[in-house]
Amino acid sequence: MTGPNSDTGAPKATGTSKDDREPTGGEHSSAEQSGAALEQHRAGGGGDALAGVRPAARIGGTRTRAGMFGVRGTGDTSGYGGLRLPGHAPAPAERPFGGWFDEFADELGAALDERGIPRDAIEQVTIDRDEMTLYVEPAKVNAVARTLRDDPALRFEFCSTVSGVDYSAPDGAPVDRPVHVVYHLLSMTYRRRIRLEVALDLENMHVDSVVDVYPTADWHERETWDMYGVVFDGHPALTRILMPDDWDGHPQRKSYPLGGIPVEYKGAEIPPPDERRAYS
Amino acid sequence: MTDTTTQRDPYAAPGRETTEGTVYTVTGGDWDTLMDADHEDRIVINMGPQHPSTHGVLRLVLELEGETVTQGRAVIGYLHTGIEKNCEYRTWTQGVTFVTRADYLAPLFNEAAYCMAVEKLLNVEVPQRAEHIRVLLMELNRIGSHLVALATGGMELGALTGMTSGFREREEVLHLLEFLTGLRMNHAFFRPGGLAQDLPEGYRERVTEFLDVMDSRMPDYDRLLTAQPIWKQRLAGVGYLPVDGCLALGASGPILRSAGLAWDLRKHMPYSVYDQYDFEVPTATEADCYARYRLRVDEIHESLKIMRQALAKLDEIGPGRVMVDDPKVAWPAQLSIGSDGLGNTLEHVRKIMGQSMESLIHHFKLVTEGFAVPPGQAYAAVESPRGELGAHLVSDGGTRPVRVHLRDPSFVNLQTMPAMSEGGMVADVIAAVASIDPVMGGCDR
Repeated sequence: MTGPNSDTGAPKATGTSKDDREPTGGEHSSAEQSGAALEQHRAGGGGDALAGVRPAARIGGTRTRAGMFGVRGTGDTSGYGGLRLPGHAPAPAERPFGGWFDEFADELGAALDERGIPRDAIEQVTIDRDEMTLYVEPAKVNAVARTLRDDPALRFEFCSTVSGVDYSAPDGAPVDRPVHVVYHLLSMTYRRRIRLEVALDLENMHVDSVVDVYPTADWHERETWDMYGVVFDGHPALTRILMPDDWDGHPQRKSYPLGGIPVEYKGAEIPPPDERRAYS
Repeated sequence: MTDTTTQRDPYAAPGRETTEGTVYTVTGGDWDTLMDADHEDRIVINMGPQHPSTHGVLRLVLELEGETVTQGRAVIGYLHTGIEKNCEYRTWTQGVTFVTRADYLAPLFNEAAYCMAVEKLLNVEVPQRAEHIRVLLMELNRIGSHLVALATGGMELGALTGMTSGFREREEVLHLLEFLTGLRMNHAFFRPGGLAQDLPEGYRERVTEFLDVMDSRMPDYDRLLTAQPIWKQRLAGVGYLPVDGCLALGASGPILRSAGLAWDLRKHMPYSVYDQYDFEVPTATEADCYARYRLRVDEIHESLKIMRQALAKLDEIGPGRVMVDDPKVAWPAQLSIGSDGLGNTLEHVRKIMGQSMESLIHHFKLVTEGFAVPPGQAYAAVESPRGELGAHLVSDGGTRPVRVHLRDPSFVNLQTMPAMSEGGMVADVIAAVASIDPVMGGCDR
């Protein structure tokens, strides 16, 4: 399979290794996406992401990692304890995007203008591994989704899934706008997939519901609320779906432990597995 | 009230007062007593279990007026096992053993979607032989899954012979899967980069034998169910969901194809090596349960066709690697059957223990720590028996995923239950849910 960028002279934006490049260390690798590059982007001023102009603020990335094996709070004798890998921030794409991405971005820009939606509703465009991600402002996601569904040149008539991603560090280190809501849209007409992504502040985890655009998002948004605590404004009945109605907390957040939760069964409280009596 | 309750049925719980009103347990033959007691036209019932996957894990709440369903709601979450969360605490290879348990009737599809997404993140290409083996196994798995759909659907509607024959043929599928992969279910046979191991010797004969058996038995289903008047009456015109409803509610797979849209990812957005295969996408326009039943039977025939082609392709390719030729990703040892079960080959153990310290370190690191995956995210989708099964993976460059999300078709398709059943009869809800073919392991994950 050839990437959409292979026919352009532009630097390959997939950040991957098919062209004899090491899987890591490419232009999109965490090693290259250090703070210096971020500062440079921030100083670059505002821009039109769809036109491939770099925006003022970049989407925060993953947590910084230290050491190997994920060992914490104990002596690491491997010699790699001092290793620091900066967090990975998705790089904004520049024109030409390659393949159908350019044509799509033009059409989307025109459709947004037509509907009076400001272009800065798209905070950033990232193209990685032949997949396009549009970072959308939380309050504009409904309008953007409607445009994507209804415009005859876009026609994303099928919403595959809506889910959350928590980029927080398990040790509580600060990460900029760590909780993301991710929408995977599919255009059956043009046989294209895109991804919308919304980055949210921990203090204000509100995003526009898209249930009136894609009714299928009903359960998906309930699950994202259940698992991540994201509030979808305008959802008809935002209740828990996988966990019991009276459950405390949102289990797929990184701050929520795996296991270790006492379970109530028929009125008795069963302690978590790591605190139960050992029989050995 | 209490007196009549105790006389009515010693096993039924007496009416309980709750905030919503009195709750009765109806066990059969006592409907009139209850209805006389209340004289209410509108009642709310918890229906089931009627489908094998609803035993305690799917709750259907129906509001009835007489026998007409005015509102239906599916309540899920009873089989939530935290597969997605667990994957974040395991290496990328171990993730396969978790996701395979999501939709347990189509385990190889979960593995395929997950592995394809990891391979996209790693940007590695799976050897052709492994791709064709994957296709062979996935189609075999699709046959097994559709047979369960027919069998359980038949059982719910009272066609018990449909169930026994469906499970008889499915047993053939499981026997073959056990021979090919070592396990009947939850195989963990697909691994990021390829397969756990090559197919065993004699696979060709066993698969051909299976194909012949299936070819001889598939006509039985037409005689037993397809043309049977009762079966048709129970299904035709029931559970109607037109194409716009399917798209709005995100329904894919046989539900979407029964509404006239020939959408099959294998054909329309080909993945793996499906573009090298010759097969049809069965489609109907009736948008009802009967059409979905017929599509499943037709898809079994198509899958048998693909399996024959896969055998030919494997002969053409000949022996070769089934795992990517990259020691940073590929499992250090090919497994083999020893005197104490499946394990590392003796040759490999001899090498790492006796000759090469570096190999031992490499083996240890890759098995305990796992391989690092370059940061970024990827979405890979396959056409599972139930529809689009997608895996969305996020990596931060480490040896464990930041996020594993499965877009499971059971979860999405189950949302169509109210649209299919509201305004119909209670008995038709059963047919509608059977035609959705939900697997709660995948739905709740």
